[in-house]
Amino acid sequence: MDYVAIILLQTAISIANLVLISAGLAVIFGMMRVINFAHGEFLMLGGYTAVIATQHGVPLLVSCFILAPVLVGLVGLVVEYLVIRHLYGRLLDTMLASWGVSLILIGLVTVAFGNSVSGISTPFGSLSIGRFSIGFYELFLVAVTLVMVIAGYLVMRYSRVGLIARATMQDRDMAASLGVNQRAVYRATFVTGAALSGLAGALIAPIAGVVPTIGASYLAKCFITVISGGPAIIAGTLSASGLLGGVGGIMTFLATPVLAEVALLAAAVVLLRVLPQGITSKFFRRSQ
Amino acid sequence: MKTPLVTSGRLGAVAMILAAAWALFIVPSGGDMTLILSGSIYCAFGILALSLALIWGFGGILSFGQTAFFGIGGYAYAVLALNIGNTTTAALLAILVAAAMAAAIGYFMFWGRLGDVYLGVITLVLSLILYRFINQTSGSEWKIGKAPLGGFNGIPSTPILNDLDGNPLWPEDIYVLCVVALILSYILCRLLLATYFGRVVVALRENELRAELLGYDTRLYKLGVFSIAGGLAGLAGVLFANCVFVSPNMFSLTTSSQLLVWVIVGGLGTLAGPVMACFLLLAFSAWLGTLNAGVWLDPNLVMGLVLTLFVLVLPKGILPLMRSGCDRALAAFRRPAPAAEPGEAMIGEEAR
Repeated sequence: MDYVAIILLQTAISIANLVLISAGLAVIFGMMRVINFAHGEFLMLGGYTAVIATQHGVPLLVSCFILAPVLVGLVGLVVEYLVIRHLYGRLLDTMLASWGVSLILIGLVTVAFGNSVSGISTPFGSLSIGRFSIGFYELFLVAVTLVMVIAGYLVMRYSRVGLIARATMQDRDMAASLGVNQRAVYRATFVTGAALSGLAGALIAPIAGVVPTIGASYLAKCFITVISGGPAIIAGTLSASGLLGGVGGIMTFLATPVLAEVALLAAAVVLLRVLPQGITSKFFRRSQ
Repeated sequence: MKTPLVTSGRLGAVAMILAAAWALFIVPSGGDMTLILSGSIYCAFGILALSLALIWGFGGILSFGQTAFFGIGGYAYAVLALNIGNTTTAALLAILVAAAMAAAIGYFMFWGRLGDVYLGVITLVLSLILYRFINQTSGSEWKIGKAPLGGFNGIPSTPILNDLDGNPLWPEDIYVLCVVALILSYILCRLLLATYFGRVVVALRENELRAELLGYDTRLYKLGVFSIAGGLAGLAGVLFANCVFVSPNMFSLTTSSQLLVWVIVGGLGTLAGPVMACFLLLAFSAWLGTLNAGVWLDPNLVMGLVLTLFVLVLPKGILPLMRSGCDRALAAFRRPAPAAEPGEAMIGEEAR
């Protein structure tokens, strides 16, 4: 009984984790059809913001929910202004340039803070079920992810911003001809994606710690989730995270986290053989 | 109009022959050990650059994780050589293993008809996960036959290739082997592109839909060229294993980034460009390392700046730029300037 409960909780945590760290990437991919290779570094910057602010006495939740998204969103704005906006319409060049940006960010953070691991303690204590225990903080992350997804859905479904976003995703030329400013939409998308990544990076920093190159360790999971999910931002991320997070959670329990990642990749490769445009190309097509 | 005697393509060919002759005949007799050791590594990386230049520049297949096959080749060589003892067989088998691995991944990617973005991401993720997987194999339970995988430390006991009497080759011999392998790989790629197969591959790059409508099974051609490039990357891995030893760094994101930078800087759609850029940038970073200029010369920072600037400012790369500059200088030299004919661009294309 304990065993089943813990496996279920562990799976929920691993699914929520995937949703959380992939959300920013999914927003940018869904709107711009570009994979942002600097995604891992946006997560890393969010983590650094949280760690440094907390070490200077800022409450953890303030640095996670306010400082990190704002700061990383600003970094996203700068990157968009200096690099990305010159390359619109050239998908591959955009990806290559974002790879360059990722290396630059790793380099700058290494120069500023050194190549060492730092971290903050995980708050909230832990919940024990029989012989097992799970951190309350991880359950808190599940709740935050849930709120984030619901908020995202409501924004996309009912707000004007969401309407413009859906129109652009469906047919960008038609949206443009109806008076939607494409450049403004792309800029807002990139900044939103960066801010979401900053938030996620800050939230997982207490669990994972931070080091300049930590982005690479999230990258594989995020990329797999987003391309398996396909173009629909919310439905795609949720369905891919559900599937892959389930596989990953069970494999982590049965074997090791690294083998779970290998299984994730194998699952995604087979999935893409069957559904080359991701899950949402065939199912949930009318979703966001 | 007759093709002029001196063209940029011919000048480039002469320069390449001179460079190859210098590397093969003058460097080994010079006895400069540092040059010989780093030259071997440069050539191994040069072959790796060539493999990406082939599939990306000519096949239009964007593989961000070509290092996966580089590492697989190296590891397969080390493991096989430790187990079967005969290093020549191990080297040949390792190249086949890398090519087979590329074919297996290629099957899923090309038969799934994945787009560019997906293809790049899947290949990159493959190399990232191999890196993480090999990194955690430090325990004694992780061994294949007699070969411990060694986790983060790699396999320092990677055997060196043997000569006919079974003695390990000297570094000078390895150097000559690497240079010859690079020259042969280059010639192989050039010949491949001149065949029917190569022409179809270039046709797919230009317009996949049109090639398909003309009756070519594009998946098969893509799989073919991808496997060949995988084998080349595997060869590079085997040579690298002989110059240094195999370690998870062969799969690392740093290696993938470097490779990408070489191809972009050298010029997409050329074979010599990426090899040239590989040599120049490796020498440049070695030189930066000797400067001792403090923290600001972080290698990631420098590489990122180079990559971003080239994509933004000079997306064509150095070699095409040099070529057109050279053509313009030659045209100015041959006054009165001949009127450009439609055929001229084609000649330039072929001389690649």
